[in-house]
Amino acid sequence: MAKLNKLQTATLPDAVLDRRQAVPALIENPGDFLMVAGLAGTAWEMSALTHESPRLFGLGGAMGAAPMIGLGLALAQPKRRVLVATGDGELLMNVGALATIALQNPPNLTIICVDNGHYGETGNQDSHTGLGVRLDVIAAGCGFPVVHVVNTDADMEEGRRLVREGGGLTFILLRVKEGPATHDGKKNLVPHIERDRFRAALLG
Amino acid sequence: MAEAITRETWPAALYDLLRRNGVTQFCYVPDAGHKVLIDRSLADPDVHSVPLTTEEEGVAMLAGADLGGQRAVLLMQSSGVGNTINMLSLTAGCRFPMLTLVSMRGEFGEGNPWQFPMGQAVEPTLKAMGVIVLRAEQPDDVIPCVTAAMTMAYQSCQQVAVLLTQRLIGAKKF
Repeated sequence: MAKLNKLQTATLPDAVLDRRQAVPALIENPGDFLMVAGLAGTAWEMSALTHESPRLFGLGGAMGAAPMIGLGLALAQPKRRVLVATGDGELLMNVGALATIALQNPPNLTIICVDNGHYGETGNQDSHTGLGVRLDVIAAGCGFPVVHVVNTDADMEEGRRLVREGGGLTFILLRVKEGPATHDGKKNLVPHIERDRFRAALLG
Repeated sequence: MAEAITRETWPAALYDLLRRNGVTQFCYVPDAGHKVLIDRSLADPDVHSVPLTTEEEGVAMLAGADLGGQRAVLLMQSSGVGNTINMLSLTAGCRFPMLTLVSMRGEFGEGNPWQFPMGQAVEPTLKAMGVIVLRAEQPDDVIPCVTAAMTMAYQSCQQVAVLLTQRLIGAKKF
């Protein structure tokens, strides 16, 4: 199969982590957060990780929405911690959101990008990150005060600490191999039910 | 009796109306037609004033604000409507309240030909995505239109755009 060339500036090592273990290893206590998960892989694995918690708003479409939903939520709920889980494809689609979020600098927001370097739902085409585009560098350039890359198990403890302790607006790039996300077999998310259950759980 | 709303006073009255009705998140891609709202929101310590890089960010942010129990408004120019279209799947499907105020170009008296394609497409494209469109043509229209739109959005969970028409805001001079 013909492929695009990797960027000559690509410097990160090949991904070695399996998302099915790495995501739960990074997010030890999902109950600490209000959560937003982007479409496909991250919505499935966060749904499985939280046993379909109503504190999770999962997307089945609207690609690119998750980080900005997280911003609106974090600004509305400054006393709660907000966790956004998104994929590299979704983040790339609306990468300017990182600039918008950094300007607001909500201290209660953590964004985890589960970066498998591929468009896993559409035939596993290389994504821009798979060819060497650095979302961590973009986040840092936007002004995220805390940026951390998890390439291997050795980077995981610091990632866990950042997720656990929440020292301000944080971006974590979790680099994982190609391969399936944990999927508990739940059917398609029903959009208006996702909204209603989340609001009922949070707002009563 | 309240003073009559004029071409000069409607923007400030509009800001006051939004604030009286509990809007606390203002997001926008800057436009001359929204200058007063943007400046007022930046100066207001009780609201979040959020400049966006593209308008679709704002649609997602309105959703997040609603999940967290706050009211938000998206300010954009007509050209920005085109940047929001797929993201309106989110507000339509989830029945998120959506209030957007659109300052119009590419219509009444427009002198820049580049503005016409999107300006003329604003109403049909918004309506195709299920957004209800109200038009404010005169200073007297602004407060009633936005009052109605807030009720439709925040109480009835509809997606509503109020077009601040070029007849209202005046065509840009070149």
